[in-house]
Amino acid sequence: MSIQVRNLNVWYGDSQALYNVDLDIESRGATAIIGPSGCGKSTFIRCLNRMHEEIAGGRVAGEVLINGVNIYNRTIQPMFVRRHIGMVFQRPNPLPTRSIFENVALGPRLNGLGSGGALKEIVERSIRRAALWDEVKDRLGEPASALSGGQQQRLCIARALALEPTVLLMDEPCSALDPISTFQVEELIRELKQTYTVVIVTHNMQQAGRVAERTAFFLQGRLIEEEKTELFFAHPKRKETEDYISGRFG
Amino acid sequence: MSAIVEKRSEINPFQAPRNLHTLRRQVSNLLIVVLSLLATIFAAAVLLYLLLYVLRAGLPYINLDLFTQIPTPNGEPGGGLANSIQGSLIIVGLASLFGIPLGLFTGIYLSEFGRGAIAIGVRFLVEVLTGIPTIIFGLFAWIFIVEPQQTFSGLAGGVALGIIMIPIVARTSEEVLRLVPKELREASLALGATESRTILRVVIPAARNGIITGIVLAMARIAGETAPLLMTAFGNPFFNTDITQPMDALPLRIFNFAESPYQAQVNQAYAGSLVLIFLILLTSFAIRWATGGFKSGSR
Amino acid sequence: MQQSFSRARGRVRFFEGSSLRLSDTLFRGFTLLLVLFVVVIVAGVAWVLVSNALPTIRQFGWSFLTNRAFDPVHNVYGVAPAIFGTLVTSAFALLFAVPIGVGTAIYLVDFCPRPLQKPLAFLIELLAAVPSVIYGLFGFLVLAPWLQSTGQPWLQRYLGFLPLFQGQFHGLSLLTAGIILVIMILPLITSVSREVILTTPTAQREALLALGATRWEVIRHAVFPYARVGITGGTILALGRALGETMAVTMVVGNQASPISPHFFDTGYTLASVIANQFNEATPGLFFSAVIEAGLLVFFITLITNILARILIYRMGQGRVGGFVA
Repeated sequence: MSIQVRNLNVWYGDSQALYNVDLDIESRGATAIIGPSGCGKSTFIRCLNRMHEEIAGGRVAGEVLINGVNIYNRTIQPMFVRRHIGMVFQRPNPLPTRSIFENVALGPRLNGLGSGGALKEIVERSIRRAALWDEVKDRLGEPASALSGGQQQRLCIARALALEPTVLLMDEPCSALDPISTFQVEELIRELKQTYTVVIVTHNMQQAGRVAERTAFFLQGRLIEEEKTELFFAHPKRKETEDYISGRFG
Repeated sequence: MSAIVEKRSEINPFQAPRNLHTLRRQVSNLLIVVLSLLATIFAAAVLLYLLLYVLRAGLPYINLDLFTQIPTPNGEPGGGLANSIQGSLIIVGLASLFGIPLGLFTGIYLSEFGRGAIAIGVRFLVEVLTGIPTIIFGLFAWIFIVEPQQTFSGLAGGVALGIIMIPIVARTSEEVLRLVPKELREASLALGATESRTILRVVIPAARNGIITGIVLAMARIAGETAPLLMTAFGNPFFNTDITQPMDALPLRIFNFAESPYQAQVNQAYAGSLVLIFLILLTSFAIRWATGGFKSGSR
Repeated sequence: MQQSFSRARGRVRFFEGSSLRLSDTLFRGFTLLLVLFVVVIVAGVAWVLVSNALPTIRQFGWSFLTNRAFDPVHNVYGVAPAIFGTLVTSAFALLFAVPIGVGTAIYLVDFCPRPLQKPLAFLIELLAAVPSVIYGLFGFLVLAPWLQSTGQPWLQRYLGFLPLFQGQFHGLSLLTAGIILVIMILPLITSVSREVILTTPTAQREALLALGATRWEVIRHAVFPYARVGITGGTILALGRALGETMAVTMVVGNQASPISPHFFDTGYTLASVIANQFNEATPGLFFSAVIEAGLLVFFITLITNILARILIYRMGQGRVGGFVA
């Protein structure tokens, strides 16, 4: 469940978005990726589960080793990388017309992880882990669109967890949520990071402080600094980091 | 209770699991790729085959006579489709005289003035017009003009085709007019221009390309229409520029000759088809190219 | 985004005469006049059809729909075979055009290499620009003879257990008309489906991708639920087109009555082809009125399908079928 990024260079068509990124992320725990708009943090996280290449003109060079295996190896199909690396998006995106149960069950169904009773267990377990069970246990058949924003996001987390991922990627998961839901999701992350390797992109520095042990700072496509969170904010090593932290630029 | 246990190799968890389920998924996916590709090939192939066939069958008979002579009687060799082409030009011109202003101003109304129930009603009517088979308008012109006058006429044909143009021009005009940013209108009004001046001098010119495209495409579309002309213009084997008399048109002549027992006429039907296709496709292509419809960002 | 003058001027109401200049009033008046003229035309078409069809409506009532032929000798008119032909050829056309059209759309959006996408899409849209008389010509001179000599015998040989493919071979037949209609409505279905598939929210696609879905699974679970309504609307539009298609069908369908039977190789005719064939024979009186009533039926049927389709498409929130002017 550890991640090693080696010499990652990423393009959108002809324009380069990430330059020579080297980063190590240890098993378990949460790492926050921060930086101003357009610095490449979303692009980076999408390279960890090979989502970037779905974009027109998306191109990746370099290596991303997960548990020692380079996911960009030619013999590996992206689909099976994504199956093991869960992703939660900025805006909650459950399938609106499908039921709550079906949304969580979809992943296991597609990947043949069980059916009937075994499937029900998986779904319940995942929803529980996402701290959503008590709120939905009596209405699993209702459409996912009936849930509030915060609940939908936790549903998406449950959906990702249903596949027992090794790594959980979260791209600004709280941006579209109200403060209470944000609090709930952050609580959840603190719990999840004990079992999973969590990488969370956030534009909110305080959130990085609340949730992650380590923080990485990106600027204009480069990784500037990566450090234990307390050290990162208390004693930034690079000037750019310090400028960003102290709000000299957004 | 079936549980397909997934073997996750410790060494490389990202390899495709080797089980029936995964195989089935991959096969289904491949099947869909293949089927959809076949469908696309079918559609593209049909078009190409049709075009090439008409090209091959008609090209040998494209000559100067085609554009200068009228048809010979009884399928004697020689002759041409000049009167048909002339008739088509006249009828399309007539239709445009009628259909363009009506269509354009309907589009202007819907875009600039239309509000509330009336606009909804008008838009509905325009949509209704779009879906009506063109022969119905032929029937209308037949009853309304041909019967009272007791003669087929190019005028009736022009009216029928003109009505067909109205919804096409109205829809495209409305669409492009809506795309003109409202800031432009506001700026003009703020400078003291009247509303009518703003529309005529600012908005319409801004949408000019789109409007012209819509008009030209509508004209190309009606140039190929046959059914409404059957009972209005009716056809005429001679030159005729009198719109109160039966008039020929290229599609009519093609219809006529295609089913002819004389091979010479069949050949000319192909030749005429080639001319018609060429004109229509050329027009579509040219107008899109001229107004930048092929730039990235256009669907 | 409503960009009309009503908004730009704030709360100026229509016809608030004193705050509008004379030129504005004239302009608005002129525009309204033309719009009114259009409305009158539409009403006029409907009126002319109805009033001229009244004699046969009064004479035959519903039996117009069940009478078997246009019989000027006995002055009995009916369109049952025409309705049969119309329904059968259109149904056949939909049966094949929908899977092929949707399949093409799927390929163009999801599987086609990017540089080929737009040219291919444009090529298929060109099919829509070909005038129907040329389809008719092609059907009459190429497809029909081929069907009679090769196609139909082949079908009868291998699929002859179906009553559909039994009976005598006719080059000009319901089958031929059906095939031509498939080709003619294909671009419409492809175009609408493609538009609709393109507007599937990326977020939905990504949700599926993140679960390790195959391309087909993404289409099935993310695209189809979203696109289904629009595609259905497009299909109904295409149906309307097929129901009203005149020239191509008239040239290949045979235009002779056959007993209503499941033999698809039989000649037949459609409502639209009846009009095209009979208008010139029509003597004033009941015959004339019968032709007009056939027209009224076509008008009515296509009107209903068109409205249904628009309702569906509006429900998708799109309002318009892209740039495709159907």
